[in-house]
Amino acid sequence: MKCRNLLSFLACSTFAFTSTAAESVSGAESQGRSDLNLRPGVTDISNQVYDLHMLMFLICVIIAVLVFGVMFYSMVVHRKSKNAKPANFHENIKVEIAWTVVPFLILIGMAVPAANTLIDMEDASKPDMTVLITGSQWKWHYKYMDNDVEYFSVLATQQEQIKNRLQKGENYLLEVDRPLVIPTGQKVRFLITSDDVIHSWWVPDFAVKKDANPGFINEAWARVNEPGIYRGQCAELCGKDHGFMPVVVIAKEPAEYQAWIEEQEAIAQRAKEEEQRLLAMNMSMDQLMTQGKKTYDTVCAACHMPNGEGLPGVFPAIKGSPIATGDVDAHIDILINGVTGTSMASFAKQLTMSEIAAVITYQRNAWGNNTGDMVQAKDINAAMNGKE
Amino acid sequence: MTSATDTTAHVDGEHHDDHHHIPKGLTRWLFTTNHKDIGTLYLWFAFIMFLVGGAMAMVIRAELFQPGLQIVEPNFFNQMTTVHGLIMVFGAVMPAFTGLANWLVPMMIGAPDMALPRMNNWSFWILPFAFLILLSSLFMEGGGPAFGWTFYAPLSTTYSGDSTALFVFSVHIMGISSIMGAINVIVTIFNMRAPGMTYMKMPLFVWTWLITAFLLIAVMPVLAAAVTMVLTDKFFGTSFFDAAGGGDPVLFQHIFWFFGHPEVYIMILPAFGIISQIVPTFSRKKLFGYASMVYATASIALLSFVVWAHHMFTTGMPVAAEMFFMIATMLISVPTGVKVFNWVATMWRGSLSFEIPMMFAIAFIVLFTIGGLSGLMLAITPVDFQYHDTYFVVAHFHYVLVTGAVFSIMAAVYYWLPKWTGKMFDITLAKWHFWCSLISVNVLFFPMHFVGLAGMPRRIPDYALQFADFNKWISVGGFAFGLSQLIFLALLIKACRHQGESVSDQVWDGAEGLEWEIPSPAPYHTFDTPPVVK
Amino acid sequence: MQDDNKNIEQMADQIQPSPTQPRQDVDHGKTVGKIMLLVVGMFCFAFALVPLYDVFCRITGINGKTNVEAAVYSAPEVDETRTITVDFITRTHSGMPWEFEAQTRKVDIHPGQMGEVTFYVRNPTGRDIIAQAVPSVTPGQASLYLNKTECFCFQHQPLKAGEEALMPMVFYIDPQLPENINFFTLQYTLYDITETAEDAVEVAMN
Repeated sequence: MKCRNLLSFLACSTFAFTSTAAESVSGAESQGRSDLNLRPGVTDISNQVYDLHMLMFLICVIIAVLVFGVMFYSMVVHRKSKNAKPANFHENIKVEIAWTVVPFLILIGMAVPAANTLIDMEDASKPDMTVLITGSQWKWHYKYMDNDVEYFSVLATQQEQIKNRLQKGENYLLEVDRPLVIPTGQKVRFLITSDDVIHSWWVPDFAVKKDANPGFINEAWARVNEPGIYRGQCAELCGKDHGFMPVVVIAKEPAEYQAWIEEQEAIAQRAKEEEQRLLAMNMSMDQLMTQGKKTYDTVCAACHMPNGEGLPGVFPAIKGSPIATGDVDAHIDILINGVTGTSMASFAKQLTMSEIAAVITYQRNAWGNNTGDMVQAKDINAAMNGKE
Repeated sequence: MTSATDTTAHVDGEHHDDHHHIPKGLTRWLFTTNHKDIGTLYLWFAFIMFLVGGAMAMVIRAELFQPGLQIVEPNFFNQMTTVHGLIMVFGAVMPAFTGLANWLVPMMIGAPDMALPRMNNWSFWILPFAFLILLSSLFMEGGGPAFGWTFYAPLSTTYSGDSTALFVFSVHIMGISSIMGAINVIVTIFNMRAPGMTYMKMPLFVWTWLITAFLLIAVMPVLAAAVTMVLTDKFFGTSFFDAAGGGDPVLFQHIFWFFGHPEVYIMILPAFGIISQIVPTFSRKKLFGYASMVYATASIALLSFVVWAHHMFTTGMPVAAEMFFMIATMLISVPTGVKVFNWVATMWRGSLSFEIPMMFAIAFIVLFTIGGLSGLMLAITPVDFQYHDTYFVVAHFHYVLVTGAVFSIMAAVYYWLPKWTGKMFDITLAKWHFWCSLISVNVLFFPMHFVGLAGMPRRIPDYALQFADFNKWISVGGFAFGLSQLIFLALLIKACRHQGESVSDQVWDGAEGLEWEIPSPAPYHTFDTPPVVK
Repeated sequence: MQDDNKNIEQMADQIQPSPTQPRQDVDHGKTVGKIMLLVVGMFCFAFALVPLYDVFCRITGINGKTNVEAAVYSAPEVDETRTITVDFITRTHSGMPWEFEAQTRKVDIHPGQMGEVTFYVRNPTGRDIIAQAVPSVTPGQASLYLNKTECFCFQHQPLKAGEEALMPMVFYIDPQLPENINFFTLQYTLYDITETAEDAVEVAMN
C-alpha cells in the first residue's frame, strides 16, 4: 500500500473528493459572495434572513435620511450667520407623542416577520440526518449519527502561508483537511457541543451560528438547496488559534452523498484493519522519528512550538520536560486521554496508534531529550484497550 | 459661616487661608479634596488611558493591516484586544465621565463641593493602581488576560493563565472606585442642591449622571460578583461555570451581561446629558422637551436591565426567550429616538452657530444615530445570528462608544475648558483635531460594517484574503485617528499652561446655567454662599 | 497635612459626612448608608442569581439540564396517539479515558410509557476513576417533560482499573409534552472527577 498511514491515506482520499467536488461547484461558490453585504446564502432560511436584513437596512436608511435631512436643513437655513432669530418653543405634546408612537408602530412592523423567521429557524424537528459537531481547541470533530463515520476537521492552510513565507492561496484560512459533507435537499440537523471552551459553529451561507458549550448540547439545522462548498469560521473567541479553525461544508446531491458516505464507511473499516496490521509490526527508530516529526509538526507544533519549547506560561515545553523524559506510561496516558482542564485534548481519535507511538518516540528523542525510548503501536494499544 | 469648602482647609490646617491660596506641588494633587482638582485628575488619567488603550488598538490594526501574521503572535494579539477593551471601558470612558461629573455637578447645582470630598480623593487615587496591576500582568510569564474583555468562562477560568488573579483584583479595584464615585454623585445631587434647584430644574447633565450613578450602584457589584466567581472557579475549586461540577458556562454570560448591558448605558447616558447642554447653547434656544428627555433617560435605564440576553442569542435559548429579548431591545430604540428627535427639534428654527463643541455635538448626533440604527438591526434575532461576533458588531459598538461617548467627552472638554482655564483654547488646533478625527474615525469604523457583513469574525489576528482591501483602509483610518489625538494632546497642554485669550464669564453667548454665572476661570472654591435659583 | 493623610487612610472615615455641615443640614451618612445597602444587596443578588438561574431553568428548560433527582412514576395515561423519538448521545470529556456507549442509540416511545436504556462503560486504564455524567437535552424545553425514575447520572460512578459495567436509565415522558416536540436528544458527557470527588464530594455535587 502506497499510503503508509491513516493520515496520509485520508489526505489522499480527501484530496480526491475535494478536487472533484470543487470542479463541479466552483461556479456556485463564487456567486453570492459579497465583499460589502450579507450573502443571501443557499437555504430558504438564509434567504429569509437576507430579506429581513435588507428590510431592516432599508428602514434604518429611511429613518436616517429623514432625521438627518431635517437636521441638515436646519443647519443650513437656521444659522446665526444668516441672521436667523431663535424661535421660542420648547415643547409640543402632540409632536412628542407622535414621535414616540410612530417608531413603536414601525418596530411592530419589524418584529412580526422577524418572529416568523425565528420560529422556522428554531424548529429542528424531523431531520433527515444528524451530525454531531464537537468543537475543541482548535479544530472541529464531525460524527455522523446515522453512519459509522467520524473525523476531525483541521485547518489545511500551511504555516508557511500564515508566516508570509509562501504565496497565500485562494482560500487562505478558509480551507480544512476534511470538510463536512452533507446531502442537498435534506434537512440536516447539527448537534453542537464542545470539549473545552466555548466555540461557535458558523456557516454564513446557511445562516447557522450556534455556540458549542462544553457539557451542553445545542441544535441547529439546514436544508441546502444547491450543491457547493460553503465556508465559515469559529465565531466565539476560544483562545490562541481562534482565528485558525475554519468550517468547510460540502453539499452534494443525495446520490453522490450516499456514495461518499458508503466510501467513508469502507475507508474507516479498512483503516481499522490497517491499524490492526500495524500493531503487529515494530517500526525502526528512524521510521518512528521521521513519522513522529511529521505528525508533531502538523499536530503538536501549534502549541508546543516546532522547537519543543512551548509558550512559557501558556503551553508547556516538551524539550526537557519531566513528562517527555520521565515515565513512558504517563507520557502515553497524556496523549491518549488528554489532560482535564487544559488545552491538551485526547488524540486517541485524531491520530492512529502508530502515529501516536511515533510522535511520542519523537518527543522523547528530539531536542536533546535523548531518552532512547522507542514506543510502538502495540504499547499504545495496550494503554488504550487494557493489557490482554 | 459654615460651608462644605472648609473641609479643604485641613490641607493647610487653617480655616480662613484656603479661600485665598491654592496649595502647590505634588501634595496638592495627592491630598486634594477639591472637586475641581479631582475632576482634573480624573480627566487627565482618562486621557492617558485613552492613549495607552489607543496604542494597543494601533498594535491590533498594525497586525491586521494585511493578511498573515506579521508583528505579533496570536496569543499577544488576544491580550491586546482584551486589555484594549478593558482600558477603554474602565480606564478611559468611565473615568472621563466621572471627571466631568466632579467638575460640573457641584457647579451646576450650586454646591460648594462634592458631598464626600475625602472619599472622592480615595476613589480617584485607587484607580491608577488598578491599571498598574492590569498593565503589569502583561509582563507576566504567559502574558496578561487573553480572553476578551467579556472574559467568558471557561476560557477565563479553567483555560486561562495565572494572570487572571491580577485581572480579577484590578477589576475589583475599578469597581470599588466607580461605586464610590457614584455614591458621591448621588449624595451630592440629593443633599446639596442650591435653594430653589428642584429636580426638574436640574440641568440634563446632572439628571443623566444621577441616573447613571444609580446604574453603577446596581451593576458594578454584579461585575464584582462575576469576577469573584471566576476567581473561585479558577483557584478555589468551585464549579459555578463548570459543567462537570454541576455548573453552567452560559450562566456566566447571563451574569456578565446583566452587568454588561447597563454598563453600556453607563457609558452613553452622560453623553446624552452633555449633548443636551451643548445643543441649546449654540442654537440659542431652550432644549426641546426637557421633561421627555428626563423620562426617556429613566426609561432607557430601566429597560437596560431586561435586555441583557440579546448578547447571547447564539448560546441556544428557547424561542420564547429570544422573542422577549428581541422585543425588549427594540423598545429601547423608542426613548433613544425621542432624544435624537428632541435635539433636532432644539436646533429647528434656532439661531445656529458652529463653534467647536457644537461641531462635535452634531457629529455625535449623526454618528451615534448610525450606531443606534445598527444596534436596532442587531436586535433582530434571526439576523443577529449572522451579525453576532463579526466586525459588524465591532463597527456598531465603536460607533456608539467612540463617535458616541468619546466624541461627547471631547465636546464637553471643548465646551467647558474655557470656563476651567479662563482662556479660549487654540481654535485652529481644535478645528484640525475635529476634522482629522471626524474623517479618520469614519475611515476606521465604517468599512467594518462591510467586512462584518461579508463574514469576518471579530477577535481574529489573521483573516481570509477577501477581507484584505477593507482591512487596509480600516488600519489607515486607525493610525490617522490615533495621530489626530496627538493634536488634542497639544491643545490640552497649551490650555493647561493658560495660553490664549481671556474669556468672559458666560464664555459662549447662548450659554445658560449656574456654571456660566461664576467668574472665568472658575475660582478654586465656588458657591460658598449658595446661589438662589428662581 | 498629617491629619488629612490619616483621614485618607481611614476607610471608615470616608463614609462619614464631612465635618462641616452642608447648608441644608442633611445627614450625608444616612444617604450613604442607604446606597451602601443597595450595593451590598446587588452583590448578594449576583450570587443569588446562581440558584435562581437553576430554578429558572427548571421552570423554562432554558439550558436543557434535566432534573437531578429521581422522579416517581405516577403511571400516567399512556398517549398512544403520539410517538416520541429520543436520541441518545454519549461523550467523554477530554482527559476522561473511559469507553462510554449507549446500547440503544434511539428509542421510539409513547408519552407516559416507561422506557429503559442501558449504557456501557469500561475503564481501560490502570487506575481507579470516579465519573460524573452530565446530561443535556435539546430542545431544552423537552427536559421539563423527561422524567427519570432511575439514572446513573444521579450518583458518582466509580470504576476500578480495567472494570466494565452496564448502567441503566429508566425514564418516561410526561404526556403534557408540547405538541410541537416529537423528537429530542439526550446527551451524556462523562467527566473524570476522581480528584474533586475524593477531596470534596459536596462541592462537586452542587
